[in-house]
Amino acid sequence: MYYSGAQILIKLLEKFGIRKIPGIPGGANLPIYSALADSSIEHILARHEQGAGFIAQGMARSTGKPAVCFATSGPGATNLLTAIADAKLDSVPIIAITGQVPTTYLGTDAFQEIDTYGLTLPITKHNFLIRSPAELLEVIPEAFRIARDGRPGPVAIDIPKDVQFEKIKVSKWPSPKRTKIKKIDQKTIRKIAQEINKAKKPLLYIGGGIISSGAHLALRKFSGKNSIPVTSTLMGLGAFLPQGSLYLGMLGMHGARYTNLLLKETDLLLAFGVRFDDRATGNIKEFCSQAKIIHIDIDYAEIDKLKKTNISIAGDIKQALEQILPYLRRDARRQWLAHIEKFKKEYPFFMPAKKYFFQPLNFIQAINRHLAPQDIITTDVGQHQMWVAQAYTFSYPRTFLTSGGLGTMGFGFPAAIGAALANPGRRAVCISGDGSFLMNIQELATLADLNLDVAVIIMNNKNLGLVRQQQELFYGKKYIGTFFKSNPDFTKIAESFGIRGYDLGKAKQPAKMLDEALRKKGPCVINAPIHYAENVMPMVAPGAANSEMIGGQEYE
Amino acid sequence: MNKIASTIIELTVRNHPGAMSHITGLFSRRGFNLEGILCASIGNGENSRMYLLVENNSRLEQIVKQLQKLYDVLKLRIRHDYDHTLFNRLHELIKGEGL
Ligand SMILES: Cc1ncc(C[n+]2csc(CCOP(=O)(O)OP(=O)(O)O)c2C)c(N)n1
Ligand SMILES: [Mg+2]
Repeated sequence: MYYSGAQILIKLLEKFGIRKIPGIPGGANLPIYSALADSSIEHILARHEQGAGFIAQGMARSTGKPAVCFATSGPGATNLLTAIADAKLDSVPIIAITGQVPTTYLGTDAFQEIDTYGLTLPITKHNFLIRSPAELLEVIPEAFRIARDGRPGPVAIDIPKDVQFEKIKVSKWPSPKRTKIKKIDQKTIRKIAQEINKAKKPLLYIGGGIISSGAHLALRKFSGKNSIPVTSTLMGLGAFLPQGSLYLGMLGMHGARYTNLLLKETDLLLAFGVRFDDRATGNIKEFCSQAKIIHIDIDYAEIDKLKKTNISIAGDIKQALEQILPYLRRDARRQWLAHIEKFKKEYPFFMPAKKYFFQPLNFIQAINRHLAPQDIITTDVGQHQMWVAQAYTFSYPRTFLTSGGLGTMGFGFPAAIGAALANPGRRAVCISGDGSFLMNIQELATLADLNLDVAVIIMNNKNLGLVRQQQELFYGKKYIGTFFKSNPDFTKIAESFGIRGYDLGKAKQPAKMLDEALRKKGPCVINAPIHYAENVMPMVAPGAANSEMIGGQEYE
Repeated sequence: MNKIASTIIELTVRNHPGAMSHITGLFSRRGFNLEGILCASIGNGENSRMYLLVENNSRLEQIVKQLQKLYDVLKLRIRHDYDHTLFNRLHELIKGEGL
């Protein structure tokens, strides 16, 4: 039978399990949309391509499966870029498919022509410019394999309009491809187990790699058997159970005092599924200076990139954990754990008095109490994001979706829509800031279309709070460009989209209003007044060692 | 051209218009120095062979790993056995041209 390039694309996406595609149509991808109209795939009409990209990310991050988004050429493609770059830095498998001007117009500055291939080259795991419909039969299965296997990441595919139209005979459809997983050298496995058994003060430093490889259960067993305490990066939250004495919470710039101080004590750092990002390590030279380092990561380019290791494996962390486990000694590590308890008491993470409902950490805990552990939390970027990381307890992987590597304001809300789309029956809650929410607020229309169980909670401090905090601490309180002279009435905005709006600041009993808002099904927007002077504490100044923390000594 | 300070990386890459961008883009994006490139198609034209002249410093290991990660790079070898006459002549040629 004969199929056009567009039909081949859609048919392959169906075949590879894609059920929903966010996007926006335009001149250069109309043939694709025409084929989409004839398919079983549901189109999610976003209101901005960046929204479409982050909706796809919400789908991919919450499920671990590749998600697809569509945009037209030129401005459609450039609008997608931020979401693609964000996916690159956090290793998220999305496939961005853009329309392009016809092949014969390429390079002529035609209407809405932009070098999408060139623009996406440095921000994707790989990208393709398609030259013929037959190439799609190769490239689409390859794109899924690249996006998902190894260290996941975004793939961009640019398809000129004439290629979308052109018909070819297809007699055989390709099947999904998989990359063979490399076997791990058994000598290294045993050597690592020996080092752990021998160590006096081992510490697990875990990150997003644990979640990507589905290794959370293996990790819990591993840590439990040998009583190894665990600290997590922002991207690793949810991988380890937050209850229990082995958990040390997040490390780094906004980690607890005892966590960052214990990094100086450990004699064996088990860096599993991490990339030694500066927000986690602080000044890298002083990071875990007493420790031997064992690094396991799927991406061999991460090994020895920033920190020389003593032993390393470039491989799948789940397999590695499962293979090391039988060689681990059962050990209660009384001394080390007693030392940790002492540090937890001496350098605690201070919580404020409970009576201040709108104190940020209290407020996050109040939200926590109103939600189920399976509910998905997304955040934007700023103080609110760090407060969530500090005070919310995540018990399952993929329940915390946040922009870690790129730190993109505007991520949270569309990502929550994507998470709700991909996980029917589960609630998604975006905890946002008054600055960030405005960056993709247009997606309220998308949410109204879909009527999903998505709540947005705006921690409204009338400021670009995290930047204001830096101006206060490091720029002599010279405030510029961080105060919002005007902010909209977020409840009215929500209502004008046909979505329930709540202002906790106007409630006599804010806890009750929060409960009411979250108990009802369907979308809502909740505004919460937060005092502008609240800061995220403790804090490690950019470039300083993790042990040099400011604030958070007590609750002021 | 100092022999000790430089290394030649030999690449076998897929021969298509984007492959060169991927490789040179990697160097500019990660702030690696690239001192010379030679490139020609091999076999039936499906693949190309590239020789990259790079500084032999502490970042070489990271460059090599990042190059190996590129989808279009099929094979990578460090050619310690090559001297730099190849590039020396090239540099002479370029010098001779003036502006
Ligand atoms: C797209 C983008 N622009 C600028 C920044 C720099 N930035 C980081 S945090 C922040 C403030 C965010 O303000 P808000 O969303 O209100 O959160 P708050 O810190 O007040 O909780 C800014 C401007 C960014 N991370 N992303
Ligand atoms: Mg704010």
